[in-house]
Amino acid sequence: MSSTHASTNEGQHYFVPQPSIWPPVLSAGMLTLALGFILKINHFGVGPLFMLSGAAIIIFVLFKWFGAVIYENQTGAYSDWEDRSFRHGMVWFIGSEVMFFAAFFGALFYTRNISVPILGSLEAAHAGITLWPGFAEGAWNVVGVGPKGTAFTPVSAWGIPTINTALLLSSGATLTWAHWGLLKDNRFQLKFGLFLTVLLGAIFLGLQAFEYHHAYTELGLTLGSGVYGATFFMLTGFHGFHVTLGAIMLTVVLLRSMSGHFDAKRHFAFEAVAWYWHFVDVVWLLLFVLVYWL
Amino acid sequence: MNPKESRRPFLGVSSWLLSSNTKHQANQVPSLTTERRPSLLRRIGLLAAGLFLPVLPALADYKFNFPEPATPLARDTLHMHNEFMLIITVLFVVVFAIMIYSMIKHRKSVGAQPAKFSGPTGKLQWFWVLVPFAILLFIDFILMGIPAFHAVIDMEDTQTKADMVLKVTGMQWKWQYEYPDSGIKYISTLTTPRDQIENKADKGENYLLEVDNPVVLPVGKKVRVVITSTDVIHTWWVPQFGVKRDAVPGFLRETWVKIDKPGIYRGQCAELCGKDHGFMPVVVQALAEPEYAAWVEKKKAEQAAAATSSDRAWTKDELMAQGAKVYNTVCAACHQPNGQGLPPAFPALAGSKVVNTPLLSADGKLLPDTHVFRVMNGKPGTAMQAFKNTLSDVDLAAVITFERNSFGNTQGDMIQPAQIKALR
Amino acid sequence: MNTATIAHDGHGHGDHHPSGIMRWLTTTNHKDIGTMYMTFSLLMFFLGGLMILLVRAELFQPGLQFLKPEFFNQLIGNHALIMIFGALMPAATGFANWQIPLMIGAPDMALPRLNNWGFWLLPPAATLLTLPFILEFFGVGDGALATGWTFYAPLSIQGGIGVDFAIFAVHILGISSIMGSINIIVTIFNMRAPGMTMMKLPLFVWGWLITAFLLVITLPVLAGAVTMLLMDRHFDTHFFIAAGGGDPILFQHLFWFFGHPEVYILLLPVWGLIPHVLSTFTRKPTYGYKAQVYSFIAIGVLSLVVWAHHFFTAGMPVPALLYFMYSTMSISLPLAVLFFCWVATMWRGAMTFETPMLFALGFIVLFGIAGLTGLVLADVAADAQYHHSYFVVAHFHYALFTGGIMGVMTGVYYWLPKWTGHMYSEKLGKLHFWLTVISFNLTFMPQFFLGLAGMPRRIPDYALQFAEFNAISTVGAFILGFSQLIFAWNIWKCIKGGEKAHAKVWEGAEGLEWELPSPPPHHSWEVQPKVA
Ligand code: HEA
Ligand code: HEA
Ligand code: HEC
Ligand code: CUA
Ligand SMILES: [Cu+2]
Repeated sequence: MSSTHASTNEGQHYFVPQPSIWPPVLSAGMLTLALGFILKINHFGVGPLFMLSGAAIIIFVLFKWFGAVIYENQTGAYSDWEDRSFRHGMVWFIGSEVMFFAAFFGALFYTRNISVPILGSLEAAHAGITLWPGFAEGAWNVVGVGPKGTAFTPVSAWGIPTINTALLLSSGATLTWAHWGLLKDNRFQLKFGLFLTVLLGAIFLGLQAFEYHHAYTELGLTLGSGVYGATFFMLTGFHGFHVTLGAIMLTVVLLRSMSGHFDAKRHFAFEAVAWYWHFVDVVWLLLFVLVYWL
Repeated sequence: MNPKESRRPFLGVSSWLLSSNTKHQANQVPSLTTERRPSLLRRIGLLAAGLFLPVLPALADYKFNFPEPATPLARDTLHMHNEFMLIITVLFVVVFAIMIYSMIKHRKSVGAQPAKFSGPTGKLQWFWVLVPFAILLFIDFILMGIPAFHAVIDMEDTQTKADMVLKVTGMQWKWQYEYPDSGIKYISTLTTPRDQIENKADKGENYLLEVDNPVVLPVGKKVRVVITSTDVIHTWWVPQFGVKRDAVPGFLRETWVKIDKPGIYRGQCAELCGKDHGFMPVVVQALAEPEYAAWVEKKKAEQAAAATSSDRAWTKDELMAQGAKVYNTVCAACHQPNGQGLPPAFPALAGSKVVNTPLLSADGKLLPDTHVFRVMNGKPGTAMQAFKNTLSDVDLAAVITFERNSFGNTQGDMIQPAQIKALR
Repeated sequence: MNTATIAHDGHGHGDHHPSGIMRWLTTTNHKDIGTMYMTFSLLMFFLGGLMILLVRAELFQPGLQFLKPEFFNQLIGNHALIMIFGALMPAATGFANWQIPLMIGAPDMALPRLNNWGFWLLPPAATLLTLPFILEFFGVGDGALATGWTFYAPLSIQGGIGVDFAIFAVHILGISSIMGSINIIVTIFNMRAPGMTMMKLPLFVWGWLITAFLLVITLPVLAGAVTMLLMDRHFDTHFFIAAGGGDPILFQHLFWFFGHPEVYILLLPVWGLIPHVLSTFTRKPTYGYKAQVYSFIAIGVLSLVVWAHHFFTAGMPVPALLYFMYSTMSISLPLAVLFFCWVATMWRGAMTFETPMLFALGFIVLFGIAGLTGLVLADVAADAQYHHSYFVVAHFHYALFTGGIMGVMTGVYYWLPKWTGHMYSEKLGKLHFWLTVISFNLTFMPQFFLGLAGMPRRIPDYALQFAEFNAISTVGAFILGFSQLIFAWNIWKCIKGGEKAHAKVWEGAEGLEWELPSPPPHHSWEVQPKVA
């Protein structure tokens, strides 16, 4: 990742923004939200109230802060130099997100290949000492894992998940198509491509919600279905959350495109969201293979 | 060199170091070593030895080292530890003797001129840079690495030629010991009186390291120790055995001991396990083979007597007396001797909704979230564990009866050990 | 403002700078933000120290004196979290904010608003950590996190509301550090002055670059781990509960995948700054610049693959034990290179011993003890004896206090004149140094022996054979604690006034930061310097 652009900066201006109140307000919003959540899960009545006000503050600040950035951008405050900062920043942010998912994939690997087989083999390995009569040897996604597991059926990879894979992959394609449109200044292609991408994302989320409903009501698969249910819902859930964020950001980019923002040369926001979307795509492929299929 | 001398403050030592050195020449070819090397190195070596000598007797004095080892494993560990301490002390002394020498010799106030080098130049210097690195590799992976390798293999070999098995279960905040071969099973808790802990009475010799029922093991036998836990992670540790192994809830871990000679060996729980982590000692009583056999017979007989007693009908007074005993050793750590608990972490039993539920349903079934249910099955995710795994029928019946009729709870009823047995 | 300058606020004209509290809340200036980080760090250092002084007072004699065990457990874990996340990491970030733009010839950090947010996440996080203490005082909940700083499940699943507070505090701290790290990485890659190639970067900047990578890689994993913990606590999952197929040891893997690199995260900035100090006060170029850069990289990479040495006693297959033992030992190789370079830098210099130099030398010697004892801890069989005993406590205080805190103090004394434009009092500085070094050893040297003799850590009361050493340690801790008031006093005096500092504060100092006046102008390098 080393870059040696420095020498090109000679004599340029670097934009240092005016003092801004939004960072501390954003922090205050997050504190309120976190406090509210803690209170709520510990059954204090005021919890939801705190959460709502925290969320409201955060949303308000995001509008203001991003608004300021967009304004600065539209009024030409940023040169290539600032643009490079943003790009580097986005890359490393996505890098940190990768590691967040890595923690959950790590948990999946560990429980599936280490802890569940060990629990299943305890009786055999220590003749005469019984801890868990309830574990079928090495059982993973067959029935509920362990004595606390209730019976469930895992979600098959070849139904909705396959459709969802196709949806997300094509949404990646439509997004790239939109990007091509932007590059050759075809505004219709840009907007229509973005619109299709958001639409595909939304359908994906709809199907995902349907699948969750199905799992809870008919398959008996819940967060509490042993560690299978835990890893299944946490991985797919955080992925779904990221798709939601991505779709919101894409919508913002779409709206901005509709009001004439971005040109072939300068469209950091578009690219940042596109990277994010592709990252979410890749995570899905891993999920499809490791969670649903194998 | 006289060890006493080596204790002079370092200025004295360094003047000795410096005394016959050739005068330092500034700004010559960058060099870390060359002309003065032999004498300097020899001096440093001597100095290191001198500094180290007074440490040796200290190593033998157990106040500054591991307690006296009582198993082959512990002896191994102690030797290895001593060897490593020696190595790192020498390293420390060598590195810092050079540094201190430089601090004294190369200071501006004695007119030192700064050299200009910023890295090794020339073959000779590269050689002198790489030598320490090679020594280090040797130290890491040969001098320390090989004994460490053998020690690990030995430590983990729990099963070969094991003579017996001991199962240890950690629970908040006591240990349960089980001998699968003879069916013996009992709980071991701290006996140090509250008054001593609260500084109201003089502390006894084995303050905090004394229990009601020590675990009893034979001398000279390889005991495979299998360890688990019912609630959180604990660690079973007896320093004189060189053994420390975590008790992980839901899993089995193992280690082994082979005790050299009879005696009492004391240790403690070594993993933070909540409020009374500091009050969870391990006490091992090692007996010679015949005495051990006698102890096993005695214990077996006691246990058999207890088993038959669960079939007979108990009177309420008997249950209350036994219940008070169980309550104070097992439950009082959390729910407190007066039944008031330590809310919100540990609920009061006095006036508790759960305690004051009916014993069983009309047709004699166990209902969820009732008193009997809670004591037998605990509440997962909290410190309240499933006591049906650790307490006998009699103890369960007794403690339940006791709780329903104490601390101002006036249910007036009782439950029989036989009923508990049927509910298991 | 001159439009020929390379940095401008907003649109360059008519900018106004709020004053008073609003200046600090809204600032986008790297020096203001650096100052806030340093101040916060000092406050947290005293708070964390105050907590542990209570603990040491309790441990002065056997028997429970005045702390309930429940409260004792809350104090130790929060002491650690506050010292590490509140004192040491913000101090390093404060240095980064102040120094990196000065040292690489940049006008400011690359992402100034984000920079401010990174700081302002810290007070909320500190609030979340300490609020449960206060709530308990008013009868709400059962106090703060009582699991030690390591959150081990299932104890943390069983714990009270304090665990939830700590989980969210960790989340917010994590976001703060990740934002800070991204900013630092981007600044280093994108804001260097012309001619400042990567292999000309000051070592301090290199140290921070590796730190920032480690933070971006490991903190999200910690965030994931505490998220799973939260789910296990409140939403019925079984990540760490065997009954559902989970495993408490999984938590330890995830925690230490972060936790071990964390110790190098804390020290890499210090290892970066020590060569500057040594070179300045020996008036001699740094020895082995490249070797040190490669060692930083090696340490960064190795730190990611040795985590399980923190739970050797938890039980692992033999090959895993051996792997983690040897990989841990191999970290001594790059560190030995650093030690070698430090000593070689001193060799045949012309040394003077101002306070920063004293601290640097004290750092080298005492951190040497930490590193060498770390090496023996890596040995699995011997670790069966050391693990979770006071031997480990002593090891890591030699690393964290003499390596971390004394390293930070080195930097503070070294750069304070640059920041404030005034010299601090040499006399107070030296007094502070000697009191710190002596009382530190008085506090922690006995703890090595306590550990060897078999005293477990995290216990509020202990057997009689441990009494003498504990008493000594407590006396040492109080002297150590109160000596730090000299430090605070010295800084305060230096801010308020004193002898004026030159641009090049120290005779032997080299580097861009010494070419700017003391204190430097609002936008550090209005015109980027050219580096030959
Ligand atoms: C800044 C903090 C820091 C640093 C730098 C280190 C550095 C090291 N640490 Fe330490 N450590 C901690 C902070 C730190 N540690 C903490 C906080 C804990 C406890 C956490 C908890 O449980 O709460 C801990 C615990 C800990 C353990 C677990 C102990 C246990 O719980 O059982 C181990 C085991 O291997 C270990 C090893 C090491 C090693 C090998 C190094 C190496 O990096 C050291 C390398 C340095 C040297 C080797 C010395 C320098 C070299 C020379 C002088 C040249 C000559 C050298 C040779 C020839 C070898 N540490
Ligand atoms: C950077 C990290 C850091 C630092 C700087 C310190 C600093 C100190 N630590 Fe810390 N410590 C840890 C990190 C750190 N520690 C960690 C990670 C643990 C493990 C926790 C766990 O087990 O989970 C630990 C645990 C720990 C224990 C073991 C507790 C136990 O296991 O039961 C002890 C015991 O002596 C201890 C002592 C000290 C002391 C005496 C200092 C001294 O250096 C402190 C110096 C004192 C001050 C700076 C206080 C000054 C205050 C005043 C003079 C009062 C005035 C007040 C105001 C003006 C407001 N620490
Ligand atoms: C390690 C701590 C601990 C020990 C030892 C312990 N308990 Fe508990 N107990 C708890 C906790 C914590 C709860 C609260 C569980 C919950 O959240 O509902 C509890 C709840 C209970 C309750 C239900 C009270 C209520 O109002 O909810 C009963 C009855 C009870 N325990 C009986 C016992 C008995 C009998 C023993 C001993 C044989 C015992 N406990 C030992 C921690 C403990
Ligand atoms: Cu059990 Cu600590
Ligand atoms: Cu480590």
